[in-house]
Amino acid sequence: MVEVNTAEKLNKKFLREGMWPTIFCNGCGHGVVLEYTFWALEELGWDMDKVVFASGIGCSSRLPGYINADGLHTTHGRAIAFATGIKAANPDLKLVVFTGDGDCAGIGGNHFIHAARRNIDMTVIMINNFIYGMTGGQLAPTAPLGSIATTAPYGNIEPPFDICNLAKALGANYVARWTVNHPYQPIKSLKSALEKKGFSLVEFLAPCPTAFGRRNKLGDIKKHWEWYDNNSILIEDYERIMNYGTEKEKESIKHMFPIGVFQDIEEPGFFERYENLLNRLMEKSKKPIVKKAVVRK
Amino acid sequence: MKYKRDPKRIRDVLGSKVQFILGDMACVYGGLIAGVSFFGGYPITPASEVAEGMARMLPRVGGTYIQMEDEIGSIAAVIGASWGGAKSMTATSGPGFSLMMENYGFAVMTETPCVIVNVQRTGPSTGQPTLGAQGDMMQARYGTHGDFEAIALAPSTVQECLDFTVEAFNLAEKYRNPVCVMADGEIGHLRERIVIPDEKDLNLIKRTQATIAKDKYIPFTNSQTIKDCKVPDFPTFGTGYHTYVTGLTHNEKGFPATDKQKDHEKLVKRITSKITDDADKLEKVEKQNLDDADIAFVTYGASARPAETAMDIARSKGKKIGLLRLKIVWPFPEKLVANLAKNVDKIIVPEMNLGQIYHSVKEAAFGNCEVELAPKIGGEMHLPDELLKYLGVKN
Amino acid sequence: MIEVKEDWCKGCNICIERCPVDALEQSETLNKRGVRPPKLKKNNECNYCRLCELLCPDMAITVIPEDINKDEKKSLLIPVGGRKQNEI
Repeated sequence: MVEVNTAEKLNKKFLREGMWPTIFCNGCGHGVVLEYTFWALEELGWDMDKVVFASGIGCSSRLPGYINADGLHTTHGRAIAFATGIKAANPDLKLVVFTGDGDCAGIGGNHFIHAARRNIDMTVIMINNFIYGMTGGQLAPTAPLGSIATTAPYGNIEPPFDICNLAKALGANYVARWTVNHPYQPIKSLKSALEKKGFSLVEFLAPCPTAFGRRNKLGDIKKHWEWYDNNSILIEDYERIMNYGTEKEKESIKHMFPIGVFQDIEEPGFFERYENLLNRLMEKSKKPIVKKAVVRK
Repeated sequence: MKYKRDPKRIRDVLGSKVQFILGDMACVYGGLIAGVSFFGGYPITPASEVAEGMARMLPRVGGTYIQMEDEIGSIAAVIGASWGGAKSMTATSGPGFSLMMENYGFAVMTETPCVIVNVQRTGPSTGQPTLGAQGDMMQARYGTHGDFEAIALAPSTVQECLDFTVEAFNLAEKYRNPVCVMADGEIGHLRERIVIPDEKDLNLIKRTQATIAKDKYIPFTNSQTIKDCKVPDFPTFGTGYHTYVTGLTHNEKGFPATDKQKDHEKLVKRITSKITDDADKLEKVEKQNLDDADIAFVTYGASARPAETAMDIARSKGKKIGLLRLKIVWPFPEKLVANLAKNVDKIIVPEMNLGQIYHSVKEAAFGNCEVELAPKIGGEMHLPDELLKYLGVKN
Repeated sequence: MIEVKEDWCKGCNICIERCPVDALEQSETLNKRGVRPPKLKKNNECNYCRLCELLCPDMAITVIPEDINKDEKKSLLIPVGGRKQNEI
């Protein structure tokens, strides 16, 4: 019989001893994302000595603590900048950054923009639960219009942040967004993102029954997971209806979250270009340098 | 490609042994000699020349230079590169130093070696960008939140900018703590003659790598290879130790222990005692004419230069003046200053701020002698005549 | 056959809700946390789709393949976007 991976096998290989069970609430989507990452890593067969996980602050950023590999748990919003440094020091290491909606799109927005623009070779897994969960349920930049939070008790009046379209505009090599409800597409997408050279972003729409669900009439775990089922639509269908559909169809899907692969291109990454620069300098240095400074010996 | 320090290549890139360069460039030279392989910078007057010099020279020795999007990104990338195994540094001035404070605390908590060059300028806020001051000395010691010990050096000449940057790397690697080189706009933008040290005169220290078996390795405790050393062995990422590094309070294995009083106490006490235990070894000063002095200057950095001139003028008129120049400002050499206070009648502290190291001197003096502050703000150095007034000498 | 790590289960019931053939239910016993872990129903039609194993946030449930040489239709799906990576 062929050797098949099971959750039991993955537990033994990838989990850090002494840290389980997780701090996540029941019904939380973060544990599911962790599981998908394990399945993707197992399929790729990477050497766990050479993989480094970085994260910021928040529920999503606790994930590296549970993985049996080098992990760097940094300050709020700066995980991507730290990861740039690690990669610069040792380009052989593979970087995976776990971050959240507030961590990446709020305080860490600037670092995210520049890392995507430079096309730094890393994979950012952003887990979006529309709320600041760890600190008790404050408003997040990605929250839908009208949602309730502790710092928006009368409903959110700010339009939400669409990070996938931003990454697409900046020219990131791989951009995708998925919900956690159905396993096969996210695992395959994670595999592509991890393997891809250059900046990859995978956004996960994860349920948060405790902080987001309870305040927005979705406290029941079953109802909350179904809300994601009913309010997500594949990006191809979304674009087709928006371009060619009837007014009625457009109305019915306007509020839904488009999911799928937004962009999948092959531009050279930052460190590839830097390598070329170094090679160019080495070539130049073989020719004699004319010293400009005139110094009395 | 991974960096490998090649002394011959570094000296080819630096050029002739004797040169006439800016203070900022001397910091660049010092970093390259020490073996820096990552520089994350952001332009800010008067430290932009450090970033520019690094952009020109670091790729030529095989290192990586990235101009980050802001100072916070710079210090974050520097810490990350240190964990990747590189010697890393950044350079900034007052406003950038204020931005870096959160991650400076992170470097202290996770015991990451790195060097921050702060070419001070007048503050607060934007102040006078092109003129120098010494207004960040207390910030280097107490700038970030929480309890911690800082190491800071203050160069007075361009040659010292070079030497102190090399020394800063040695201290950072030895104690696994971030180290600040507190230059100022006057020295940073001054051109003077420097001599590049030979390879045989250098004594470069590299962090102790973890080599013990993986199941016996404990990341955040006393060293497991050196006896009686509170500095843990460094588990570079990629060597298979699977360390979890966090800024949260952690136990010896690195796991968060945020609800345990004893773990926090043990951790913070070990991190601070790494440096306070070695206070004697970290005393580095220059003494001039202190044996028979009645009045002594205690100073550092750019202010030491007019103080030395004032002392020479006063001595030529028969007054017994001495000078104590602090090279390592933090940790503060309390015992030395306390002894000095018992032997002199008065200590004068010339500073280009409204009194920062003055308070530490006063505390160490403990009432044994009079301590007077000679402040000067506004971007100009003290004139020797101004300091002579404090000594009661007419020129 | 499923194997449940009872102490890891947090009682979110996602496996029970999402099983496509409704083969799981809550057990009568409480675990250390005070919730009821899942168990297979008496008359279940589990087809080894492994959705419960893939969706559990705590990796507490494992599907153990029985001998599958007898029935081709009940083969174990390997989760690579639906495509079979290895031939059984």
